[in-house]
Amino acid sequence: MEQAMLEVRSLTKRFGGLVAVDHVDLQVYPGEVVGLLGDNGAGKSTLIKMVSGVHHPDGGQIFFQGKEVKMSIPMDALELGIETLYQDLALAENLDAYSNIFLGREMTKRFLGLIKVLDHDSMREESIKVLERLEIEIPSMHNQIKLLSGGQRQAVAIGRSIYWNAKLLIMDEPTAALGVQEQRKVLDLVRLLSSQDIPIIIISHQLYDIFSVTDRLVIMRRGKKVAERITKDTNPDEVVGLITGSEEVERKTQPR
Amino acid sequence: MTDAQAGGSVRSAGRFGLWLGQNWALLFLLLEVVLFSVLGTRFLSLENLQNIFVACTVVLLLGMGETFVIITGGIDLSVGFVMGFGAVTCAKFMVLLQAAGLPQGASIPLAAVICLLIGLIPGLVNGTLVARLKVPPFLATFGMYGIAYGISEIISKNTPISGLPSAAGVIGNEYLLYIVPRKMVTFLIRPQNITRLEMRSMLAIIPIIVVIAFIFVGIFSFVLRRTRFGRHTYAIGGNVDAALRSGINVTSHLTRIYMISSFFASLSGVLYVLKYVTGRADAGSARMLDAVVAVVIGGASLYGGTGAVKGTIIGALIIATLETGMVNLSIPYHNRYIVIGGILVIAVLIDQFFPELVGRR
Repeated sequence: MEQAMLEVRSLTKRFGGLVAVDHVDLQVYPGEVVGLLGDNGAGKSTLIKMVSGVHHPDGGQIFFQGKEVKMSIPMDALELGIETLYQDLALAENLDAYSNIFLGREMTKRFLGLIKVLDHDSMREESIKVLERLEIEIPSMHNQIKLLSGGQRQAVAIGRSIYWNAKLLIMDEPTAALGVQEQRKVLDLVRLLSSQDIPIIIISHQLYDIFSVTDRLVIMRRGKKVAERITKDTNPDEVVGLITGSEEVERKTQPR
Repeated sequence: MTDAQAGGSVRSAGRFGLWLGQNWALLFLLLEVVLFSVLGTRFLSLENLQNIFVACTVVLLLGMGETFVIITGGIDLSVGFVMGFGAVTCAKFMVLLQAAGLPQGASIPLAAVICLLIGLIPGLVNGTLVARLKVPPFLATFGMYGIAYGISEIISKNTPISGLPSAAGVIGNEYLLYIVPRKMVTFLIRPQNITRLEMRSMLAIIPIIVVIAFIFVGIFSFVLRRTRFGRHTYAIGGNVDAALRSGINVTSHLTRIYMISSFFASLSGVLYVLKYVTGRADAGSARMLDAVVAVVIGGASLYGGTGAVKGTIIGALIIATLETGMVNLSIPYHNRYIVIGGILVIAVLIDQFFPELVGRR
């Protein structure tokens, strides 16, 4: 069997008395698109925030490319090649588009051969290139994020997460704030990236999106993983039942 | 007039209004200068204009540190008393090193360096409280406000420190350039052997203290505008979660921000010692208000994310011009607090109700 790109074993996170994520196991293989499903508060976002180094697990292990990893800050995850597109986009509204794409990893050049200063021109050019891949136009790279539309903001956030040649891409509600046209572009992008063997974890409430791009589904409820399905072997009705808990089918499907 | 023209002129009127709003501080400064020139005596003389720059150094330096802090969405209330702490530490070390037998040329700079290093400690404490222990900046630095003052009074034994090396006052009160018309030009050293008449016509240009202040202002302005550190400072103020998830080490960054603030406060204390050849615990007591006012007049939002050194310089000049002008017109000194407090309230109201005016860097 092929080695999993990401494997989490028995991952647990508590917030006070609440067990947000309760002993969850999950594997993601190269080129695979995994849908992570569950109602609000099921623990999806908390789970991925542990994988992206934002939260620290209270129990369990994370393996990346076969090696156990401990991440104390988000930079650790970024350095491993785990890129995350957050639901709230995590953009600094007071900065312009290219500054956000390069936030935390700014390109620099030498000033008078001595001091490292921001290389605005290179960052702007690279940002234009990456946004062209998304076919979403930003009126000006110099506009502050707060002046952009929802779709344009999303494009900046996606641009940031794909620019760095991710080894694993996590997308939390990537189509939520978008128009129909833009949603399709994002889904095309997901297919394109997975065809380049980049595994993707995608969280979405849009079942249509999930069924059109994923290979496998993981369903969570109240912090626990309750089911795992091969996408083509299931249907939206069953999935909705699993999410809400009205359908307690225990039909274990082995991934691959 | 066609519709297009009408639309154009309305738009340009709107643009002019916006420009007016965004540059109200600069206009206010010009207004002050005009007003005091008309009402005062010899307000526009070279000497008086230089006095304004000397008067603005304290506010400018405290405001520089405060600019970094306010951009991150915090505030540093301790700068005034950290300045006092810097002044007494610097003065104390000058006295001690002189007593230890060091020549003036060594004891003065050494005391200044020691003071600047010790001056990082209040910032380290503030930064640790704010960044690591999540104490609101207002409370953490308010605590330091009291602590720094108390310690300064202990060091100075409640009296201004005296008996400093005499050369200290030279750096603080001399000028970069002296010109005796039709006779000589000297750098740093006051011309010797000149007649009393020549002395009166002598021009002293650019106080050394102002040069020192602006060197540091220039360096840190560069850091804020051109480096990753500066960019991260804005990002933290704009969206701390975004900064965190982009991999910026927010904890260590914020700690350094508060250390920059206390560095500038200490530097201000050192310059105080050089100018007045004494160290007092209350050297900068009321200056915290001025520093915050300068930064806010300069267009920084107390909600974080915006602000610029350019604005803080204008803000500091507004306060210094006001001070100098009021002295020129013999208006009692305490009135300045009322005026400056009033300006702060107006600036904050503009920030609150016209946020589009402060969305500039």
